[in-house]
Amino acid sequence: MTDTPAATTPRTGRQRPLSPHLQVYRLPLPAISSITHRITGIGLTVGTLVLAWWLIAAASGPDAFATVQGFLGSVIGQLLLLGWTWALWYHTLNGIRHLVWDTGKGLELGAAYRGGYISYGGSVALTILTWIAAYAL
Amino acid sequence: MSGQPFTGGFRSHLGRARGLGASHHGAGHWLSYRLLSVAYVPLAVWFVISVVRHAGADQAAVAEWLKSPVNATLMLLTVGVTFHHAAYGMQEVFEDYVHGKMAKTVVIGATKALCLLLAVASGVAVLKLALGA
Repeated sequence: MTDTPAATTPRTGRQRPLSPHLQVYRLPLPAISSITHRITGIGLTVGTLVLAWWLIAAASGPDAFATVQGFLGSVIGQLLLLGWTWALWYHTLNGIRHLVWDTGKGLELGAAYRGGYISYGGSVALTILTWIAAYAL
Repeated sequence: MSGQPFTGGFRSHLGRARGLGASHHGAGHWLSYRLLSVAYVPLAVWFVISVVRHAGADQAAVAEWLKSPVNATLMLLTVGVTFHHAAYGMQEVFEDYVHGKMAKTVVIGATKALCLLLAVASGVAVLKLALGA
């Protein structure tokens, strides 16, 4: 957006802020963590289908359950589970951040960035921990 | 009331407006969604630990696990809060991105119906294992 002329006020010539066009605007961390919250929420909603499948199959009998476990144990299944693990931890940590915001706290710029780093770093750390536990135990 | 056009038959302006909007329900809806989210945090932690402990388990192990009343109760709560949260979370998403009153109403209604169906089916599955039917 280097050759885009900045909007100026006609009489004073003072530069005015441009509206953030999503194609050329580098989103700040709070905006990225906000849309990530939505995307992980949508992904987890899709994941509820597998939760229902898992429970219903367990109630149906050993054969049906073996089919689910076979799918979840496959490469695609493991990749999906890895994604859902991270999505669940991210959505949980960032959800706590939203709950804190709802009390009116942590809305300052510094706190907003700190919270974003905690959501990303914490969810990656918890995902690694979860998978180490799943394979080691 | 003088000077206003009379278009509602015998019904008052308030009577016609009632039931057409979220008046007085918004705050309660907002708060209940937050409270359920708070409840979801410990349930999510319990759920992840439970799933990790049953990675690659066979049906007998999972059935045995859900025979415990504590596990069955927590699983039922997890199922209920999960599908409620998913239904209302997706409603917020659709309200933002789907335009047109009809399309919005249909897609939100369909999502809620599917979530209710899956929640009840999952709940019945948990109860079946818990009660050993």
